[in-house]
Amino acid sequence: MSNRRTKAYKIFSVTVITILAILFAFPLYWIITGSFKTAKAINAPSPQWWPQTFVLDNYQKLFSRQLAPVWEFNIPFLGLKLTGPNAPAAIRWLVNTVFMAVVSMILTCATAAMAGYALAKKRFTGRTLLITLIVCAMALPKQVILIPLLREMSSLNLYNTIWAVILPIVGWPFGVFLIKQFAEGIPSEMMEAARIDGASEWKTFLQIALPMIKPGIGALAIFTFINSWNDYFMQLIMLSSTSNLTISLGIAKLQAENATDFGLIMAGATLAAVPIIIVFLIFQKYFTKGITMGAVKG
Amino acid sequence: MAKENNKMSRALAKRETMAGYAFMLPSLVFFLGFVIYPMVQCVITSFFDSTMNREDIFIGFQNYVDLFHDTVFLGALRNTFIIVVVSVPVVCVFSLWVSSVIYDLKGIWCSIYRIIFYLPVVTGSVAVTVVWKWMFNNYYGIFNYVGKSLGLIQKNINWLGDEKYALGCIILILLTTSVGQPIVLYVAALNNVDQSLVEAAQVDGATRFQCFWRIKWPQIKPTTLYILVITTINSFQCFALIQLLTSGGPNHSTDTIMYYIYYNAFKLYKYGYGNAMGVILAVIIAILSGIQFKAAHSD
Repeated sequence: MSNRRTKAYKIFSVTVITILAILFAFPLYWIITGSFKTAKAINAPSPQWWPQTFVLDNYQKLFSRQLAPVWEFNIPFLGLKLTGPNAPAAIRWLVNTVFMAVVSMILTCATAAMAGYALAKKRFTGRTLLITLIVCAMALPKQVILIPLLREMSSLNLYNTIWAVILPIVGWPFGVFLIKQFAEGIPSEMMEAARIDGASEWKTFLQIALPMIKPGIGALAIFTFINSWNDYFMQLIMLSSTSNLTISLGIAKLQAENATDFGLIMAGATLAAVPIIIVFLIFQKYFTKGITMGAVKG
Repeated sequence: MAKENNKMSRALAKRETMAGYAFMLPSLVFFLGFVIYPMVQCVITSFFDSTMNREDIFIGFQNYVDLFHDTVFLGALRNTFIIVVVSVPVVCVFSLWVSSVIYDLKGIWCSIYRIIFYLPVVTGSVAVTVVWKWMFNNYYGIFNYVGKSLGLIQKNINWLGDEKYALGCIILILLTTSVGQPIVLYVAALNNVDQSLVEAAQVDGATRFQCFWRIKWPQIKPTTLYILVITTINSFQCFALIQLLTSGGPNHSTDTIMYYIYYNAFKLYKYGYGNAMGVILAVIIAILSGIQFKAAHSD
């Protein structure tokens, strides 16, 4: 009796969750299929659940808008400026976003690996204070610091450069906290042994600690990549000129200028969402690990 | 001998401290420069009348006094509380239920469901928001179409343009982007529950509910606390949705503190006023996190 009821409950709940899962996936489905629909299909009173004719009109429109150099690189102090060939602005936005996410990821992982290791394995004065500061900072909403951050970036002449977005991401202490959780698993005997063998601090870190916190760094890398890709608020405040936009800002701009051209907007949304979803699907194992490890003792 | 030992351990301690700070240094530069310094600045500037291209003028608590006479701010505060009070319990209960069903599904299915519920988070707030804007659209939106064909509504509703519905629509979208992370956390926590205890209870004839309440719940309680805190913070920070969908309208019915900070600082250039709101928001979140923490540790 009880067994049958358990089974009935299980079938019922799995069915409900399957329906919910379909609803959760629906917006993404609607973005992608919408980007291939004709203007007529999009503006029809009854929606086409599956595009009757697939067209690339929306993408053509997206790529035929403004042009911008596909990349630009300023060499500080020398006043040199290297620029790439012209390309559709949307491509430039994608290039900016990838650059921003990759640089944020590398800098975050490098600094957090060292700091997290030090906090977990070194006993130094001020360590407890630093940990408290990090935990408190993490609990506060990071948007409240955006106004002072904006003024700081303008006084550093970094406003409207991609660095204004990257530097605060690197400063955010979640990564340090995450690596600290992983580094606490390094057995102290191994470090003791290295010290007795006369290994330098740096060598101990590279050869003993680093291999052991590798899974943590993997998790942090993918976590930082996805979060910085999607950190709309920061990008909105720090970046303004067309050639400096990220893909998220680009779509927001498309939307502001062409409020009801949903086909065009969905083409932009597809361009923003599909690459990051592919990255997520490839690395989702690490990603899940990052989320759960960050929560332990959180 | 003891003296020598002492000397050696002191040298060792010195080396530890030096190494500790050397390893901390690169991270500390970024952390102090781009997190702590702006936080301190935020508090300081909240006591100033501060705007573009002009020296700041010290005005004491005037910004805070003004805030509590600003009906739009009080409305934004109320809307923010509505969002938090609705979304936090729903997110927690919903994600716990979904996780408890999918965590013991066989093989790959658990991962598949987990990924699907996480998709709206990865898709990114802007892409998610623009598609919902289309779905809620007065003329071309799928909501009106489905509502009418099911006979739920008689004529088209301007979902986002109507004070009655706008905030509800925002909360609905927020929910879809908030459950992904809690589900991942709960699935991990449920997998860590000591299986031998569960089996022992089942042998003793415990019901499904008893099994959950007596054995699993105490073990996943720390996860619940963490989820409560992060969901509260996320709901307070709800911004992209509002900026892109309604800009706080119609008639301020969807203003939240976060949006109002943005509006004051980046549209009206009232930096001091915006910072004062930021301080209040931070204090509210700190108090709520503190209460949740206390409540979780009380028994």
